[in-house]
Amino acid sequence: MAKRLVDLRAEAVEELVKINNIKDLDSWKIRFLGKKSKLAQILHSLAKLPIEERREVGAQANKVKMALESSLAEKRNTLQEASLLSSLQQDKLDVTLPGRPVSSGHIHPITQTLEEISDILRNMGFQIVEGPDVEWDYYNFEALNIPQWHPARDMFASLWIDTSGKDSRLLRTHTSPTQIRVMEKTRPPIRVIAPGRVYRYEATDATHESMFYQIEGLAIDKNVTMANLKDTLFELCYSLFGKEIRIRFRCDYFPFVEPGVEVAIECLSCHGSGCRICNYSGWLEILGAGMVHPDVLRRANINPDIYSGFAFGLGIERIPMLRYGVDDIRLFYRNDLRFLQQF
Amino acid sequence: MKAPIKWLNQYVDIKLAPQVIANKLTMAGIETQNIDPSSGKWADIFIGEVTDIQLHPHADRLKLATINLGDEQVSVVCGAPNISTGQKVPFAKAGAQLVDAHTGKLVMLKPAKIRGVASNGMVCSEKELGISDQHEGIMILPPDAPIGTPLSTYLGNTILDLDVTPNRSDCLSMIGIAREIAALTGEKLHLPEVHYKETDPDINSFISIDIEDPTLCPRYCASLVTDITIGPSPDWLQQRLASYGMKPINNIVDISNYVMLEYGQPLHTFDYHKISGKQIIIRRAKDKEALTTLDGAEHTLTPNILVIADSEGPIAIGGIMGGLRTEITEKSTSILLESANFNRAIIRQGCTQLNLQSEASTRFDKGLSPGLPLIALQRAIQLLVNLAGGKAHKGIIDIQPEKVMPNCLSISPQELKRIGGFEVAPKEMLKALRSLGFECQKNTANSRILITTPYWRSDINCVADIIEEILRIIGYDKIPRASLSSSLPRRETSEMLNLKQKLRSIMTSCGCHEILTYSLISREKIEKLSPSLEQDVAPMKIANPMSREQEYLRTSLQPGLLSTMAYNQKNYESGIRIFEIGKIFLPHADATAPDSKSLPEEKEMLCFGLSGPRQELSWHNNSGMLDFFDAKGIVENLLSQLKLHASFEPCKDKNLFPGRSASIIVNGDKIGIIGDLHPRVTQEFDLSSSACLAEIDIDKLLDKKTSAAAYNSIFRFPSITRDLALVIDKDIDYQRADKIIRGFPLVTTVTLFDIYEGKQIPQGKKSLALRIVYQSADRTLTDAEANQIEQQILHQLDQELGAKLRS
Repeated sequence: MAKRLVDLRAEAVEELVKINNIKDLDSWKIRFLGKKSKLAQILHSLAKLPIEERREVGAQANKVKMALESSLAEKRNTLQEASLLSSLQQDKLDVTLPGRPVSSGHIHPITQTLEEISDILRNMGFQIVEGPDVEWDYYNFEALNIPQWHPARDMFASLWIDTSGKDSRLLRTHTSPTQIRVMEKTRPPIRVIAPGRVYRYEATDATHESMFYQIEGLAIDKNVTMANLKDTLFELCYSLFGKEIRIRFRCDYFPFVEPGVEVAIECLSCHGSGCRICNYSGWLEILGAGMVHPDVLRRANINPDIYSGFAFGLGIERIPMLRYGVDDIRLFYRNDLRFLQQF
Repeated sequence: MKAPIKWLNQYVDIKLAPQVIANKLTMAGIETQNIDPSSGKWADIFIGEVTDIQLHPHADRLKLATINLGDEQVSVVCGAPNISTGQKVPFAKAGAQLVDAHTGKLVMLKPAKIRGVASNGMVCSEKELGISDQHEGIMILPPDAPIGTPLSTYLGNTILDLDVTPNRSDCLSMIGIAREIAALTGEKLHLPEVHYKETDPDINSFISIDIEDPTLCPRYCASLVTDITIGPSPDWLQQRLASYGMKPINNIVDISNYVMLEYGQPLHTFDYHKISGKQIIIRRAKDKEALTTLDGAEHTLTPNILVIADSEGPIAIGGIMGGLRTEITEKSTSILLESANFNRAIIRQGCTQLNLQSEASTRFDKGLSPGLPLIALQRAIQLLVNLAGGKAHKGIIDIQPEKVMPNCLSISPQELKRIGGFEVAPKEMLKALRSLGFECQKNTANSRILITTPYWRSDINCVADIIEEILRIIGYDKIPRASLSSSLPRRETSEMLNLKQKLRSIMTSCGCHEILTYSLISREKIEKLSPSLEQDVAPMKIANPMSREQEYLRTSLQPGLLSTMAYNQKNYESGIRIFEIGKIFLPHADATAPDSKSLPEEKEMLCFGLSGPRQELSWHNNSGMLDFFDAKGIVENLLSQLKLHASFEPCKDKNLFPGRSASIIVNGDKIGIIGDLHPRVTQEFDLSSSACLAEIDIDKLLDKKTSAAAYNSIFRFPSITRDLALVIDKDIDYQRADKIIRGFPLVTTVTLFDIYEGKQIPQGKKSLALRIVYQSADRTLTDAEANQIEQQILHQLDQELGAKLRS
């Protein structure tokens, strides 16, 4: 009996080694471990044996059974791993093929810049307002200390709806009329920005457009000073051009502010040594600003002896032009998708 | 304004380097660049003499000039009409840096052959030298200019180029600039000492002068100089004018130009003997009065123009240009010298109306000080006596009906701090103001400073002006930074701005690119589209358009969008998905009446357009061309993100394909249109393939926008899904079937997943494949229940639409 068990085990192991798929493994299991297998018969016949022999053979038979079951599990494991490996090898992709195109649109670079500047100033407490593109002479000029005869009108070549008369209409030449509209409606404290389109009677070329965008800023309260103006504009420039940028804060003239200010940053192209882009000055003018002229405040019924304020205006196109090296302003309104997709 | 440092040095000691001076002026309000001719730009430019001129053998307009440079004779080709032998001219050798007269850029001169003849250099115009914009001929130097000398040595040193702001007319003069420099550097100012001998009889026995309207001419000064000899000016004077970029003419003209540049006060000279009736009247021109100006142009005048007249009629346009009739000629011996102050508004009006400008008018229209005329006149008399051998007659006629009182202002250190944001010691304030010529007195009782403004600063009128003066002299870089600490206004968010931003992000997420097109468009483009969105008001027209292309304010975003699409179709292979969010301008209906002016309604619109392949070309499956349903999908997605539900009703729009266009309806109100383009429009806009577009009124969208709708709970109980195939008349809109099915209880979703027309079903019919999901909020549905609803649905579809279950 013991001899039969030894032979049985040897036979089973020998067969198992030859097996290389799950199906054969299953029939092997039936043959050596199934209910009708030789091992089952031996176990079955144990009852007929004398007690002494029964214990000995029984123990041995159980040992063989456990050994075969363990070999079976091991073999099954090996076979499964091999089959997984082979399917992984078969189902591979050429990962270098291009992905499925996803169409997503781009926001126009001018809008992106407007939003970026608006966000910076919103964080400083400025609220966004909008004004009309078609304006009265009064808001665009008169209320801003630029009467009919004023030489500063030369700075703003205008596109007119009406050619004569005091109540003429025109396309606003700057976003500054929005200052007046806000001051007429709101009492201080005021802290607003007004983005929008402005228009000039101007021949277009690589650096001039007859339509462009500006953002106007206005802050009015008790004790608003030039130190506040300087800080606000420096923060804006640092946010836009980096903390390292050199800034020039100089006296300039705009009829509706006094004192007047112009802000320039060091040329991004030559860093101040002078090149074509900065017209060999080393500086790029970015902003016009100043303290709101007392006459402008008075006209909007704000008492300049109690309140003071600052205003500033900046052109938008210049900023993406400097940042990305766009050398022709007209590209922004030609709307070539090959251009727009780059932003 | 060009200011040669050599000239400025006469009035103020300039010890600092030119770039330091330029920087100080720039920081203090007048943007200044220095042109340094000796450092490179004018290297290789010398003074030469034209010794011979021959015609060019192969070109009628060109000449061959021989230039004597002292140690060599050079032959060059020259096209200037004003070249003649004996002239002293600036001559550039090969290698010199010159301004290209056409591009304005600096270029290096190379030896060249012009029409087959070698040219070894160039005779230069002022523009080419960067002195002025003068390019009508070559620059001619005074006769004593030393041959062979570098031009930079002769014409002098560095020139400051100042961009004078319109408020600082006092700086349109050498003395004005010298004053600024003196204030900024702490140097002393030296003004010319003016004295001359007068002879009898008194000027009043020669002429009488009358101002009709003193508001137009606040001051008029005149003097008479006789026995003058007309001839060239002395070299120093010619050189000064040349260094500014002005052509020397003769001593009389040169002196009046010189004094204008020195003091900023334009002068005019009349030939005294040509003045009729020994009288001068300053008045408005009579209607249709005629005058020929010095430049030979004939003008018909109107009362908007100020003239200087004698008994016969106008002899000059006041402050703009003199008349030909009283012009100084070589034969003139007696001149009446005018130095006046004119109202800037009338000068400006005159220049615009006559389309005429001069060095004088550009100064007058900035507003000059009424204090200047007498001072400048005396300086001119002095020079006429000294340089033209004239006799100055006794007295000066000086008519100033209203004396201008000096402006008196006062300021306290507190007022300065309130605006400047930092403390400035009264001593510093005084120093800054006095350096600019302000007379100051400190009131020790209340620490205010009492200020009298100098006559030349008519731009200083209020405390804010004084504050700027102090701060710019102290330096804007001394102003500290302090963050805004004022109270914040109540926060109000603009719904419109938020909505526009949201629409932009939805549109880009749908694959559309944002475009920005001009607000002004051509009549032609407007007419390519008939008005849509119920407008029948004519667009607003620009009175002075730059071009026909930009003449009208757009009343729709469609023309700009379609032109952009056509442009891109030519260059762009992939599908085009573009959108614009912007204003359209709708004149009010009553605006057609000529005297009823109002601003147009500015309406925010969204317009988008699609054309071309739906997917980029790729190795994956390609899925056809963008069409109506792509556009509709975008509109549905957009509205659903705004929590709005739209219905689409077939509509008629002249610009859209009939039967492929719809109104977009939200809450019973039309908010926009959508459709394929009408083939006529496709052709008009030169589109290479068909396209579809939608335009939505954002203002209406804002009206409809609701705050977040109530949340629907997610059902816990299982749903039952059934697919149906319906056969229905081809002409029945899908929306009708959809509406019936959704009307039943327990129907949660209806999805149309296929439409079929063809052999399998009868002609004139279509088959719709639908998936319907049934679900209850409070129990598990049984198949029996679902079957029962389905039967009811089929029954009603049959009753109302004649729809049958496909067998």
